[in-house]
Amino acid sequence: MSAPVAASPTGLADRDELDLGLPPSYLADGHGVGSWLLTTDHKRIAILYAVTITLFFFLGGAAATLVRLELFTPEADIVRADTYNKLFTLHGVVMVWFFLIPSIPNTLGNFLLPLMIGARDVAFPKLNLVSWYLNVGGGLLAVAALLAGGVDTGWTFYVPYSTVFSNGWVSLTVLGVFTTGFSSIATGVNFIATIHMLRAPGLSWFRLPLFVWAMYTTSLMFVLATPVLAVTLLLVFAERSFGLPIFDPARGGDPVLFQHLFWFYSHPAVYIMILPAMGVISELITCFARRRIFGYTFMVYALVAIAVIGFFTWGHHMFTSGMSSYAALVFSFLSFIVAVPSAIKVFNWTGTLYRGQVGFESPMLYALGFVGLFTLGGLTGLFLASIPVDVHVQDTYFVVAHFHYIMVGASVSAYFGGLHFWWPKITGRMYPETWARFAAILMFFGFNLTFFPQFIAGYLGMPRRYHVYPPEFQVWNVLSSSGAAVLAVAYLMPLGYLTWSLLFGERARNNPWDASGLEWRTSSPPPRDNFFGAPRVQGGPYSYHPEGVAPIHDQPRIPAQGSLT
Amino acid sequence: MSGAPGEAGAAAHLREPWSELETGPAAAFARQRDGATFGIWIFLASEVLFFAALFLIYTAYRIANPEAFAAAGRATNIVYGTLNTAILLTSSLTMAMAAQGAEKGLFRRLTLGCLAATAALGLAFLVVKGFEYREDIEKHLVPGAHFALRQAPAQIFFGFYWLVTVVHAIHLGIGIGLVTRLLVKGWRDPDVLTENPQVEVTALYWHLVDLVWVFLYPMLYLPGRAG
Amino acid sequence: MFARLMPEAASVQAGLTDRIFLGLTIVSGLTLALVVGLILVFAIRYRRGSKADRHPLPAIVSREFEIGWTAATIFLFLFVFWWAASAEIGAYSVPRDAIEIHVVAKQWMWKTQASNGAREINELHVPVNAPVKLILTSQDVIHSFYVPAFRLKRDALPDQLTETWFQATKTGTYGLLCTEYCGTDHARMLGRVIVMEPEDYARWLSAQPEGDDLAHQGERLFSERGCAGCHAPGSTVHAPDLAGIWGRPVPLEGGRIATADAAYIRDSILQPGRDVVAGYRPIMPSYAGLLSDGEIQALTAYLRGLGSAPAVARTPGLPDLRSNVPGSAPERSPAMVPGAPVQDRPAPAGPAVRP
Repeated sequence: MSAPVAASPTGLADRDELDLGLPPSYLADGHGVGSWLLTTDHKRIAILYAVTITLFFFLGGAAATLVRLELFTPEADIVRADTYNKLFTLHGVVMVWFFLIPSIPNTLGNFLLPLMIGARDVAFPKLNLVSWYLNVGGGLLAVAALLAGGVDTGWTFYVPYSTVFSNGWVSLTVLGVFTTGFSSIATGVNFIATIHMLRAPGLSWFRLPLFVWAMYTTSLMFVLATPVLAVTLLLVFAERSFGLPIFDPARGGDPVLFQHLFWFYSHPAVYIMILPAMGVISELITCFARRRIFGYTFMVYALVAIAVIGFFTWGHHMFTSGMSSYAALVFSFLSFIVAVPSAIKVFNWTGTLYRGQVGFESPMLYALGFVGLFTLGGLTGLFLASIPVDVHVQDTYFVVAHFHYIMVGASVSAYFGGLHFWWPKITGRMYPETWARFAAILMFFGFNLTFFPQFIAGYLGMPRRYHVYPPEFQVWNVLSSSGAAVLAVAYLMPLGYLTWSLLFGERARNNPWDASGLEWRTSSPPPRDNFFGAPRVQGGPYSYHPEGVAPIHDQPRIPAQGSLT
Repeated sequence: MSGAPGEAGAAAHLREPWSELETGPAAAFARQRDGATFGIWIFLASEVLFFAALFLIYTAYRIANPEAFAAAGRATNIVYGTLNTAILLTSSLTMAMAAQGAEKGLFRRLTLGCLAATAALGLAFLVVKGFEYREDIEKHLVPGAHFALRQAPAQIFFGFYWLVTVVHAIHLGIGIGLVTRLLVKGWRDPDVLTENPQVEVTALYWHLVDLVWVFLYPMLYLPGRAG
Repeated sequence: MFARLMPEAASVQAGLTDRIFLGLTIVSGLTLALVVGLILVFAIRYRRGSKADRHPLPAIVSREFEIGWTAATIFLFLFVFWWAASAEIGAYSVPRDAIEIHVVAKQWMWKTQASNGAREINELHVPVNAPVKLILTSQDVIHSFYVPAFRLKRDALPDQLTETWFQATKTGTYGLLCTEYCGTDHARMLGRVIVMEPEDYARWLSAQPEGDDLAHQGERLFSERGCAGCHAPGSTVHAPDLAGIWGRPVPLEGGRIATADAAYIRDSILQPGRDVVAGYRPIMPSYAGLLSDGEIQALTAYLRGLGSAPAVARTPGLPDLRSNVPGSAPERSPAMVPGAPVQDRPAPAGPAVRP
């Protein structure tokens, strides 16, 4: 079927301009619960994921709220020690596995990947749906563990506490995470096959948008790291539920072996949480600076380098566990090396602004916030890679601050930025821009107020996972908890105005941001089959201006990046 | 081999999103087959990491406790183990034959027979394993208070043994299910298996399960027995 | 100015760590200022519609700059790594004359014991300006011994020994906290390290109720618990003589050689079947559950006190006397050829003790 092409620069009729009997959008294509729960449309699956991860986000956030409320004072006020321990465990387990890891890849990735490469769907659509069910199934097991009484081992499940000593629902929680791990693996298989085999004609590897490269490298990590977590958790389950001794010290087992296996997955996992965010930021900064990305090739190799080197740095979580000095030095060295590609990316994003035409729409505010917060978080990673400093701050709030800067300050900012940027494409509606800008700025300040004092508390010696703490740390905890209140408001605001926009927001044009990228060359929202013709690609990504020329104010995109036959 | 039956078969197997590619049905089907094969290879990579983690645990503990592991290795039943190895290797042969037959659409009865043999051999493996488990329980080779061997780390060997053989058996069970499914589909409709990507996917999965056993056999049955 | 933002520095290592921390803070601050500054400058200068100069970028910017800042980043990071690594390598080797303290962690308390027998709960007295070696273990789950003022942390693992050391530079009382989550009262597993002038420390030590030092306790245990029944000279049971084995190589069945250190002694008491001495039958019963960690430490101190025998005298040019045949007297086999190399240095330490 070929659709008539209007004269607009996008080469495609805006939905409201012409009524030519075009197929309905994917949202209207099928009604009823069955059409959603049994869908194989990657776009609908992305929405399913978005709903469930939002629920988990607020569950994990509720746990964090109680934790920070308790920490206002040095003594115990609200909860007993066991409850507190269960709260921070819930926060970690839910936020890592049921929010952060699926967030960008399974919502934005699922929705955008086929669109960005000009495909109709992912390579294995039914497997995609199975992924969602596995994710939700695992999540339900974890919620069941919570309702049954909770688990108090920390999200890291260190043995022998988790296998022998804990009184919580360890097995149930571990099974839940195990199940959700297979969701990740299935997604990884799907994405890798999709990118290899379903690119539109003319779309060679080095013409791919960086978001696609980010999905690709993240999927490699999904496939290679998650199975090791599955085995590790299976061993904990077997030891706890069937008494099979694997890590039991009394019978010759080694608890440090658990740590090696756990971190072999969990260190690549943190790169799984940041690489998609980096992909989003590359899309946002190019669009709102109206500029091609600075150093595209270096950016691609940086993504690959982070994914590869990230597999070999896990020992830096265990410098105080008694490893030999030689092993420690190797891990320290590799941890410094893995920071180099991240630094390259930060410089290149900054360089993309140079001689651009910079706008300050809300996605760009999130993106600029990302660069600052990621830089600070990444630099504190160097502190942790230096063994003497790490020995002092390991298991203190310094580490907590470091990883929240990356996982929350950076990743969640990128998720929100991407959500806002592609909201018109996904829903066909625009959100109120002023509220969005305010929320982005509030989030930036609330975040810094929450987590920067934790660096100080950590270096002063406040350990993490402490229900009560020595009084000299109180001032930093009060600052941090106050910031958390601000941050909570900043997270609730998008929930409010984005929901509002679904019903009352202005209808979006095909390409409200005048962005490059194949996903903008179809209607907002897209039809079930994504495109009205077959995309064909003739040039590289980010065609905001001709090569070798700087962007001009109000210059529209070069329309010749792709055409529809 | 092309011709009307082949093309009709190809069109029947085509599914989204491969069906929407801008090329004829035969080329699209070839891409779909390639996609399925590519996908299963990536999944197998994840399975390799899965079992590699288990093997790493075994290796670390064996290096730390050589005598206990040798004593424990001597306690496994090498007859059952070797028999099972032979069964599984033969089943890989029959699976490969079935895959070749299905690929070419020739020797339909042989293809179905080989699929049936594969499933039967897989079941035979599980039966032998069942006998072995019963004997292991009778000989008190279950880690716990009444464990038969006196070296404590031998309990770790047997903790690993029970875990990894059960995990392998679950994988094998899934494989038997997949093979049986193909058998039933091929029995009902002769053309379904011809050039069907599902056969290649099942075959590769089966070979991985076999390969894992090839590593497990020397790990579980041969320590302490050499020399 | 930084005093309120950093804990007190009361050890040699604290000074090193703080210097690296400050160096990193300065580098990070400058980098962050650079990045944030550039972003602000570019965002304002090149805001949409501004009149700034936007000529095409010269090629040198895209290529050479990229390579330039990549190289600069690598060099800077490698420099920091080298700086941190050199501070760390020094910290790993324990000085020879260090005072040894055994630490046993359990839910949710610290038990420390000095080698002269002085025992403390949740407290540790040490002299100032003297190296102190801590040998840590746990009775249940993993704990971590953390003294922020010393910038010192080491995990205490169940059924294993870990080691670390420090040298306090200022007298005073410093907090001790557990930093590996260990259950309900993890946050209440606190203690104090009290650093005293040497005279005060000596006075404190002699005032401790346990006048008996560890080695004498061990000697008592050795006979009370039946060890002497097999291991004393003159016993009818064929068991290795333990006098003089400390620190010496011990040939094991199967050809391996272990070194008789604290970990080896502990393993031999708790899992005697694991490493059997060559030429002996594995008949020693296990004392797991019969001896506490403190008692094992006492026995270790006793054996250590029995000294290290000098190396076996041998004729140069002839291999040392050893036979793997169980029960027989060690004899030189006629197959041994004169001129084979003579081993005089102890074998490298086994894997049991973690630094």
